[in-house]
Formats: sequence, C-alpha cells, structure tokens
Amino acid sequence: MKTFAMGGVHPEENKISTNAVIEEFPLPKTAVILMTQHLGAPATPCVAKGDTVKVGQLIGKAEAFMCANVHSPFSGTVAKIDICKDAFGLAKPAVYINVDENDVWEESIDRTPDIVRQCDLDPKQIVDKLKEMGIVGLGGATFPTHIKYNIAPDKKAEYLIINAVECEPYLTSDHRVMMEHAEEICIGVSILRKCLGVPNAYIGIENNKPEPIAVMKKMAANFEGIIVEPLKVKYPQGAEKQLINAITGRCVPSGKLPIDVGCVVSNVGTAYAVYEAIQKNKPLIENILTVTGKKIQSQHNYHVRFGTTYSDIIAHALGELPETTGKVISGGPMMGKAVSNLDAPTTKGASSVLVIDADEAVRATESNCIRCGKCMNACPMGLEPYLFSALVRNRRIEEAGAHNILDCIECGCCFFSCPANKPLLDEIRLGKNLYRGILMAKKK
Amino acid sequence: MSGIWSAVLVLSITGAVFAVVLYIVAQKFKVVEDPLIDEINEVLPGANCGGCGKAGCRAMAEAFVKQGNMDGLKCPAGGDEVAKKVAALLGCTPAETLPQVAVVRCNGTCTNAPVKTKYDGLEDCAFANSLYSGESGCAFGCLGLGNCAKACQFDALTVDKETGLPVVDEEKCVACGACVKACPRGIIELRNKGPKNRRVFVACRNKEKGGDARKSCSAACIGCGKCAKTCPFGAITVENNLAYIDFNVCKSCRKCVAECPTGAIHDVNFPPRVEKPVEQPAPQATNAEAQGTQA
Repeated sequence: MKTFAMGGVHPEENKISTNAVIEEFPLPKTAVILMTQHLGAPATPCVAKGDTVKVGQLIGKAEAFMCANVHSPFSGTVAKIDICKDAFGLAKPAVYINVDENDVWEESIDRTPDIVRQCDLDPKQIVDKLKEMGIVGLGGATFPTHIKYNIAPDKKAEYLIINAVECEPYLTSDHRVMMEHAEEICIGVSILRKCLGVPNAYIGIENNKPEPIAVMKKMAANFEGIIVEPLKVKYPQGAEKQLINAITGRCVPSGKLPIDVGCVVSNVGTAYAVYEAIQKNKPLIENILTVTGKKIQSQHNYHVRFGTTYSDIIAHALGELPETTGKVISGGPMMGKAVSNLDAPTTKGASSVLVIDADEAVRATESNCIRCGKCMNACPMGLEPYLFSALVRNRRIEEAGAHNILDCIECGCCFFSCPANKPLLDEIRLGKNLYRGILMAKKK
Repeated sequence: MSGIWSAVLVLSITGAVFAVVLYIVAQKFKVVEDPLIDEINEVLPGANCGGCGKAGCRAMAEAFVKQGNMDGLKCPAGGDEVAKKVAALLGCTPAETLPQVAVVRCNGTCTNAPVKTKYDGLEDCAFANSLYSGESGCAFGCLGLGNCAKACQFDALTVDKETGLPVVDEEKCVACGACVKACPRGIIELRNKGPKNRRVFVACRNKEKGGDARKSCSAACIGCGKCAKTCPFGAITVENNLAYIDFNVCKSCRKCVAECPTGAIHDVNFPPRVEKPVEQPAPQATNAEAQGTQA
C-alpha cells in the first residue's frame, strides 16, 4: 500500500464521531457573514442595510484576483454592514443578517433530492460557474477553486487527486460525506476531471476508513476514470504535497506549486460542493462540521451554514461546555487553531468544533534541545526544525530563509515528536512571518 | 661557496622587485581615512544600539564626518553630553534637542483588561500577535510577553508581573528606540521627557468603537473627544476613535486628564493633586497613583 516517502508521525486517531449521521443544523436568530472566508483579499459587500436577502443571494463580490464570492446562507434582512471579530479576536469586515424563519431560497437553486448526472458545460464554463458560486477548497486552506482549475496555458495537468485522507485525528466530516453522498462526490469528481481534461482521477483514502473505501470503490466502478486509492495511515498524508508524493511518487520542488508536477489536488468536500454548485446551482453556503471531543456527551456531524456562531453550535450540540474544557479548536488537533472568541461566526474553512479537556490542553514544560534529531526524522518536508528554532530565537531570519523555512507546511510533526517539548512550530511560524516581511521589503 | 652568493643575490633582487611592486600598489590603492572618524568613535557610547538609525557607532562616526555637521544626526544613547563632545570635534554647534523617553501606551492591566483566554504558546509578542488578539481580547493592547524588554540594551524595560505591562526606568532609558521597533503593535512611543520630567499622554492604542473597546478593557480610549474639546492648546486630535496628544504642543495643563471618562490619559511625575472635597472620586486617585509607578 502506498504512502509518502519522508517523515510523518502517528498521532492517536480518536475518530469517535464516525457513526454520527449528518444532521441539519437549525437556523440561528441572527448571523454574521464574514467577507474574508477564503485565502486572499476580502470580498466587497454588495448589499445595503435594510435589504432583504434570500438564501444563496450574492452578498459579497470578489473584486480582487485572489478572492471568492460570498453568498448569503440565510434569508432575512441585512441589519448592518460593520466589522466583526473573528474566532481569533481580529476585526474583519462582515454583513450582519437578521434571519427569517421562513428560509426563502433563490428560485434558481434546485432543492429537490434528485441526483443530476448529466453535465454539458465545457471547461471554461465550469470554471466560470465555480467562480460565480464562490467555491473554495474545503480542506482547510480555503484556496479559491476557480483559480486552481484555471490552468495557465504553459502548464499541463496530468493527475487529478481527490483528498479524502482526513489524516487529522478526531475529524470525521469527510468520512461522513463519503458514506452519505458517494454518488454526488463521484459526479463532482467527473466534472473536475472533465474541467482539467485528465484521463484519471485518484481518490486517496487512508485505510483506517474501510467503510468509505468500500462505498467509494463500489460507486466509482460506475464512473469512468475514477480510481480509489487506499493509503497506508500516516500523518500528514492529507497535506497536498505529501498526497501527491504518495499517489504519483512525484515531489513538488521547493517554492513550486502542484501544477508544476502536473497535479491538481482538491478535497472530497470540495468535490461535493462542486457537484452542488454545477448541477444544483447551489452556491457554497454550508459545510459539514464535526462536533467532537473525548469528554463530551454526544458526538455530531452537522450541515452548518456559515455565519452560525461557535457558541450557537456548542449550545445546540452540547448545551454547555463541560466544566473541565481546556480549549475549543476549530479544525483538527494537529493543525487547527484554538478559538479565543466563541461568539465569532464560522466560515467556509471551518471543519470542526473540537472540545479538548483541560489536562490535555496544556503544553508540557519546555526543556533544552538534546540534539536527538527526532524533529528531522518526523519532518515530511525534509527540513531541520531544531535549526530554525535556534535561528529564529536569535533573529537570524535570512539564514533560516536560506534553509528553506518557507517550505514548512506547518503540519506540527516536529512539535509532536519533540521529547524536550520545544515550541518548534511556533518558532517556525514566527520565522516564516518575519522572512516573508523581509522578502516584501526587498521587493519594494 | 659561490652557491651562497648566488642565493643571496637572487633573494635580494626578488626582494627589491617586490618592494617596488608593493610600493606602487600601495600608492595606487591608498585609502585615506579621516582621523576624525576615530576620534568621534572614541566619544560615542559604543553600545551599537542602532538608535541613531545607523549600523553602529562607527557608522555613525563616519556619517558625522561625511556630513561635517550634526544636522539631522543624533545619538540618542549619548544625549547632550556626547553631542557637545562631537560638536567640539566637528567644530560646529550641537543641535538643540529635547530629551526623550520611551512611553508605554497601554493601560491593559490585569484589573482593567481581565484575562479571558490563556496563552500557552511561544513567549514572543511577534508570534502571539500573528496568532490572535491577546488574552484580554484587545487586538491593540500589550501582549506582555516582553519583546521590548528583550530588545532593550540598557536594562531600562522590565515587564511587571503584577500588571502584565512593561515598565520603563526613566533613569536608564536613553530613548534609542529599540523597544519601539521591537513592539509588534506599536504601543511604545518616544515622547519628550517634558519639563521636570512631567508629561501627559494617552495610554491606549485601541482604534475600535467605544463600546467594543470597553468590552475588552475598562480603561480604553473610547474616542469620545472630550479631551480634544477641553484642551486649550489644540494639542489633542481624535482619529479612528483614538485620541493622540502632540507632545510638542502640549503644555501639561492636565485638563484632559480630569476630563477623560475612562482614565485613559495618564499624567506622570506630577505632584499629587490638592484634594478638593467631593471633587475627586476615590478610584480615579488610585488609578493616577498606579500610573505614576508605571512610567
């Protein structure tokens, strides 16, 4: 069985919410839709205070190149256009909506449960529609999908890879979506395959998910050119470059993009969103979100519309947070970020609300580096985390840059494997920020 | 025997040839360095703090000599004393500058801005700033992880464990500006020391609307503009919900301090106000005391 060549770790899987069927999350009373739900510049609000909006109506227009449209996930009236603090307490432009209980949708959206199989659009029309529908990568990075699938004329895609690895512990949203929407995913993958004009699409799934593998294999047999590829479990297999390496054996060179080695990678959740956007005219307004944790009573997978606050989700799913809660993480425990402001709305990139107990949430005391080299063995990019740590502490940032600090994918394997509990990833992140600052200043 | 003579002869000739070559090269590539540079370098403090904006004291000495006067060049660490010595060497009059000191413009003590989340990451303000707003939820306030204290070459800055805010030792601070550069949130400013070391400043950087600012900190500037209206000298401007006192215009009358509803304006090193009955409520007085010890 295939896996990527270099580094990697095996964190405890803790996939305890695998069997929780996806539920519809009830409408909140008010919602805040952030205009920065994607990688890049914020969208420009195109509604005014007092306007009535329907579900699926465009409320934030993408004007910059690196930007995605934002559609209203709720019907109701626009209360105000103001700034809102996001999950990390930083102010972002947002549209506030007083939600109407009647939930009026745009007429163009097909809400019937029928599966639409036929797609007659040509690649350019597909890309345009993805742009119009505000589709972004749902694997976590929220990269606008239309930019990814608009291949430059001098590059050629050879592989389409669908990322259903879900290597982060706890998360089960991809698992559930494969179990419940296998056919829609396969149609979505076929559309993307057609868009790129590649012969085969590979769906990479780690072999700790035998049920989705079986379901997807059965479904893929009905489609032309979709190959399900079970992979040996190893974190961070779901990282783009590692997945490319695992499936094709190719390595993305430093500073290059996957398309430079002829690969395009999309998440399985994105494939589902692509199906809904192209075949059902439904813009990206909701995501599947796992609510999980070791100490909480019930595990859930929800269809949550963006703009619902974290506190709404916690109140509905758990009633109250357990008293021993240490932190709430948006995303997985390895790469996710702790939410410091629970009253913040969820965004397109949110994949989970993970409740971590206090005794697991605290970091162990840091001690000195013992030069054991575990961080180097664990690093899937072949970097030297211990070196970055020392260089960044002494602010020798350009040297760190010369050692390719920007290649770090921030998977956290180094920090996870460090016996001295050194905050290696924190230092590398800081170093990356500072080095990017230096590069920007040099450009000017 | 003749072997020795030939050896002596060959060596002498080669020696003579090389001497001539070396002399020509030395003349051709001669570097004349003004001895003044060395002399000025001697009187500079030699801390290489970078407060002047140059790479170090030597680079500063070169800049002095190159320019020939002291216009626009200032050694903040050396102050007036060094300026006089350099002026004497250069043969010009020293530029008159007012002494400055680093001022911490944040009031987010543990009581004013209670901790809502706990930070457990790398002890580095620049990193915490890139992650999130901070323990109190104020995205403009001090993170208290001490990048300024680490940057200070003169041991003038320490983070007070009680308040979580950095404290400037006025005696030691030379206003080199290293802390200003180190702070990722631009909280520290170099301000004139003021007459008798007395000065007034707005101890807040929060640009949010009043209500939002108050949510994270009870002593935040809410941009109400009362201070700007009260100021008889027009020294205060309010921009983006934040007041700023221009220290070149301020006459330290302290009218704004009494007017500020949240106590965001600090006055330091003033003698305690003469208590008039009923006028000063008790909490304001304790606040002013705390500020006095801070700066």
